[in-house]
Amino acid sequence: MSEGKEYLKEIRLLVRWLAVTVAIFLALAVGLVIYQHTSNHVVEPDFDSKITVDPSKVQGKPSSEVGYRSKFDSPKRIATYATASRTPLEDLQGTITPSDLHFERHHAGIPEINPEQHELLIHGLVEKPIRLKLSDLKKYPSVSRICFIECSGNFRYGKREMTPGEVCGLTSQSEWTGVLLSTILRDLGVKPEAKWLLAEGADGALMARSVPLQEALTEAIIAYGQNGEAIRPQQGYPMRLVIPGFEGNTQIKWLRRIEVTDKPVMTREETSKYTEKVKDGKIRMFSLVMDARSIITYPAYPKKIEKGWQELRGIAWSGRGKVAKVLVSTDNGKTWKEAHLQGPVLEKAHTAFKFMWNWDGKPTRVLSKAIDETGYVQPTYNQLVRARESKAGYHFNPVVGWDIEKTGEVYLADVEGI
Amino acid sequence: MTKHGAVYFVIGIALILLICCDAADKVEPSAGRRQGETDWSDGLVTYQETWPDKFGIGRHADKSFIAKWDIDVRPDGKGLPDGEGSAKNGAVIYRQKCASCHGANGYEGPEDKLVTDSTGSNTIGNYWPYATTIFDYVRRSMPFNAPGSLTDQEVYDITAYLLYLNGIIKEEYKITATTLPQIEMPAKKRYISDDRRGGPEVR
Ligand code: HEC
Repeated sequence: MSEGKEYLKEIRLLVRWLAVTVAIFLALAVGLVIYQHTSNHVVEPDFDSKITVDPSKVQGKPSSEVGYRSKFDSPKRIATYATASRTPLEDLQGTITPSDLHFERHHAGIPEINPEQHELLIHGLVEKPIRLKLSDLKKYPSVSRICFIECSGNFRYGKREMTPGEVCGLTSQSEWTGVLLSTILRDLGVKPEAKWLLAEGADGALMARSVPLQEALTEAIIAYGQNGEAIRPQQGYPMRLVIPGFEGNTQIKWLRRIEVTDKPVMTREETSKYTEKVKDGKIRMFSLVMDARSIITYPAYPKKIEKGWQELRGIAWSGRGKVAKVLVSTDNGKTWKEAHLQGPVLEKAHTAFKFMWNWDGKPTRVLSKAIDETGYVQPTYNQLVRARESKAGYHFNPVVGWDIEKTGEVYLADVEGI
Repeated sequence: MTKHGAVYFVIGIALILLICCDAADKVEPSAGRRQGETDWSDGLVTYQETWPDKFGIGRHADKSFIAKWDIDVRPDGKGLPDGEGSAKNGAVIYRQKCASCHGANGYEGPEDKLVTDSTGSNTIGNYWPYATTIFDYVRRSMPFNAPGSLTDQEVYDITAYLLYLNGIIKEEYKITATTLPQIEMPAKKRYISDDRRGGPEVR
């Protein structure tokens, strides 16, 4: 009897142990599954499986005529109106803007132009007026140049939840290829009384701007290429004017006419628009050159950062030449340190700057300030308001910054408080 | 003494080494490079010397071709066609072709205000420096949904009407190639040329 009892007891013990073992196993298995589902670690399969996606174990897609972006990383322009869209500065790598992310601004939509039916007329104060087709333009000696194009109405603020592109994404950088305007005008013979030129587009607005000849002539390009291919329709296909450093509106897209003149035409775009109210009730016109500017693109809204070392990144540019220096502050402007500039630093070009920063986890504000080779220092919003007695308008290029919260969240700093 | 001497010697050597290494590290990236090697125009002048005197590319543009394309109108009146505009006729055209976007009186929107109202928004009346710009722009770009559809006569009439609505001319004043450039716009005296020059001053 007692032996039977012993036996039963032993069995019960065995069952209990078994149950415990099974429970542990189950717990482990569940734990492992949860771990594998929640962690982002790449699973390295050691068996053939049709379920596990391992790119090294399957045939990829065939080659194609035109490439595409990874669906996991596909930045988009920020569309604000039907007639404008912005470059997502925070999503770009390096300083060249992919052509399909170049900002857009047009006044009557994007025309579709067949280059066979398009001509550029150059006339006015020249000895020999001519008509040029795209194929003619390409016969002239060509130049390529990397530079930015920025709209002079490129500053928005007013809420904390704004990305760099939303604040000033009306600037983009390309390598433009074409012929120097001076090369063509040399052939045509410019008359001595020539002082200005009028450039006119073939879009529904017949967008037209007057530009002083002397300033434009040394560098203006009639461009047909952008980043290695034909200019995109949004950027002026088949040809546009590029005047490095000048406000975007003067760089007429879908260019169809250049008239060399002695006086400006005073089009609507250089009187009613693209002029700014300045002090003493004055209105400033022909403010053509883009002044120096910078923006930190990382860290910036909507990113979140973690305590520790980070590379603070941004771009700086000046329409007056090279960026000489970018100063960065990580303590809300108390101290400023020089950022590293990525060389080669080009004239009138977006220049990447970097700054190594060890964030201690305390709330702070990061700021950047560009200084160009003329000694111009990017002003604060309050400095601009004081100098112009005006709170907004074209050519507003203030220092902007980002508030880093304790959580690591990043928000646009109140520009009026900088 | 010799003990100290050795220490100084070691420190000295270390310092020299440090300075040497530092100097080596600090070789300016541009040293040994021609100045401006990264500029877009490097070597351009030398290249230009190899160019022919004339390229002779493109087709000659004759007078009649240029006349068709040369549409701009300047403050001195250059570019204005013959014609005479009246505000009365302009009112009729405006109602048909413009009012839907700019409002019955020119300031109700939804698009740009053309006539000054109590808000002080920029308009032809309070902001435009030249009356000729109205002719140039309307002929060029308006109506927004049918640019280039207006006849020169219509543009003259509308120009007169917009000037009248803004209180710049009397209703019966005739707008012609002679009178339009003579109109002094109220905002003209406020305009200055760009005074920014680079350098440290904020303007
Ligand atoms: C379908 C809507 C629409 C119609 C119809 C229209 N416009 Fe416009 N108009 C606009 C828009 C939009 C703008 C601004 C365009 C821009 O900024 O590129 C504008 C701008 C203007 C401006 C410039 C305003 C400024 O202060 O710079 C004038 C002048 C003007 N229109 C006159 C006219 C006249 C005259 C007509 C009739 C013949 C007309 N418009 C018909 C939509 C319209």
